[in-house]
Amino acid sequence: MSHGETVSLSQPSSAQGAAEAIHVENLHKKFGELHVLKGVSLSARDGDVIAIIGGSGSGKSTLLRCINCLENPTSGIIRVNGEEIRLKADSHGNTQPADRRQIERIRSRLGMVFQSFNLWSHMTLLENVIEVPVHVLGVKKEQAVAEAEKLLARVGLAEKRDVYPAFLSGGQQQRAAIARALAIQPRVMLFDEPTSALDPELVGEVLKVIGDLAREGRTMVLVTHEMKFAREVATHIVYLYNGVVEEEGPPAALFGSPKSDRLKQFLRNVG
Amino acid sequence: MASEATAGTTGKGAAGWLQPHRVVLLIIALAIVLASIFYLRWDWLPAYLPLAMQGIWRTIWLLVVTSILGIALAIPLGLAQAAGPWFLSVPARTFCTIIRGTPLLLQLWLLYYGLGSLFPQIPWIRDSFLWPYLRQAWPYGVLALTLSFAGYEGEVMRGAFAGVPRGQLEAARAFGMRRWTAFRRIWLPQALQRALPTLAGESVLQLKATPLVATITMVDIYAVASRVRQDTFVTYEPLLLLAVVYMAITGIIVLAFRRLEARIPTRVG
Repeated sequence: MSHGETVSLSQPSSAQGAAEAIHVENLHKKFGELHVLKGVSLSARDGDVIAIIGGSGSGKSTLLRCINCLENPTSGIIRVNGEEIRLKADSHGNTQPADRRQIERIRSRLGMVFQSFNLWSHMTLLENVIEVPVHVLGVKKEQAVAEAEKLLARVGLAEKRDVYPAFLSGGQQQRAAIARALAIQPRVMLFDEPTSALDPELVGEVLKVIGDLAREGRTMVLVTHEMKFAREVATHIVYLYNGVVEEEGPPAALFGSPKSDRLKQFLRNVG
Repeated sequence: MASEATAGTTGKGAAGWLQPHRVVLLIIALAIVLASIFYLRWDWLPAYLPLAMQGIWRTIWLLVVTSILGIALAIPLGLAQAAGPWFLSVPARTFCTIIRGTPLLLQLWLLYYGLGSLFPQIPWIRDSFLWPYLRQAWPYGVLALTLSFAGYEGEVMRGAFAGVPRGQLEAARAFGMRRWTAFRRIWLPQALQRALPTLAGESVLQLKATPLVATITMVDIYAVASRVRQDTFVTYEPLLLLAVVYMAITGIIVLAFRRLEARIPTRVG
């Protein structure tokens, strides 16, 4: 455990041979003096559903947000679709993407779903869903609208297409946010605690949508507190503790017979 | 009375609108209008009507043009203060502070009497195609009112830009939007939407700042009223008419902004 420089070498067992969609290697992230990620590695092949679990402050959200450079990693390698994100250090010693166009291109293929939904409040649901296809990906508007209507129907919001986000429940907003992320035809879906901001009775409807996506073989990386859900849908679980991958593996092994004492403790605490 | 009141609450349309207190107010208003017509002097009006219409038109275009130009200037001023590097934010803040810290009348006179007397001494300005315009008063009036509006609204836009939740812009970033697209599609519309109620009030204030241009020889509706007083020694009636004109324009501004605000329904909380 010296400096916690644990580099995980194991690959998810479920999808051997599938192309690697996301590859993270020896990732470090510091916020000033605070060392949040201390050499984390992660790999997602096509069809993988990776669930990142861990206590608060373990760095799991930061890890997810580093994948599309919403947080700039301090050091490490990130490859998306086999393309390595080029990073450079600025004059203050902070790292940032070297090529803005590259990171914009990579982001436009990663469907991000936020804890607080972040639907654009001045647009209706339909406008939210077509925004990125039309104004980033250059899809024709009619085509984007047709696609968006299908997606909204899929998350059960077809009749809410012309409603503004503020008039919807949290669960409806999060389902719309999932439709917005799906609209860019993402290579990988990234979920940052998608149910943490929801009232308990609304969690189920959102988990059902995410579960359906997982079952149809969509590649996903998911930060979650819903252990039961993670166990059901994930193909691979990563347990983060204090910025280090403490333990990882298939859900049955990880939840059934955890090896690390910290994970045992964590699982006892979350029930 | 009681039956009228219940009819007022149950019946929609004309009957619902015609509630007792409104009826009373209408009668009072009508009495004031009739009294004004019959007891006051309006014989000067036909002679000055064409000039008055010209004055009203000039007041309105002055308001519209300076408000639009002012907003166009206020957006970069606000953005520079909210998110710009120091070499942009410091000049922007200085500009807003100076404009807001000095009387508009002073700014107007500094531009008109200052620049206006400086320009004729510079040969290449006298020779330029702009000279026919720079000899007139209205460019200085437009400039002063525009800069003033920009100064106040720059401050409003600073707050509006800063008030757009971080997550809104983060979502734009996360989906690979370019910075200009995110500004144009997300940040600016949301900031303007936040600023709208304030802008409505500021536009009304701007309307009532326009009479100052009468002091630099621009003939707006206020200048027309003054001229009537000078020519005919009728004082009260032109001022009354002036008040009605300003109130009517204010009503139009308020209604226009209300429609703009209603386009995107918001819910508080």
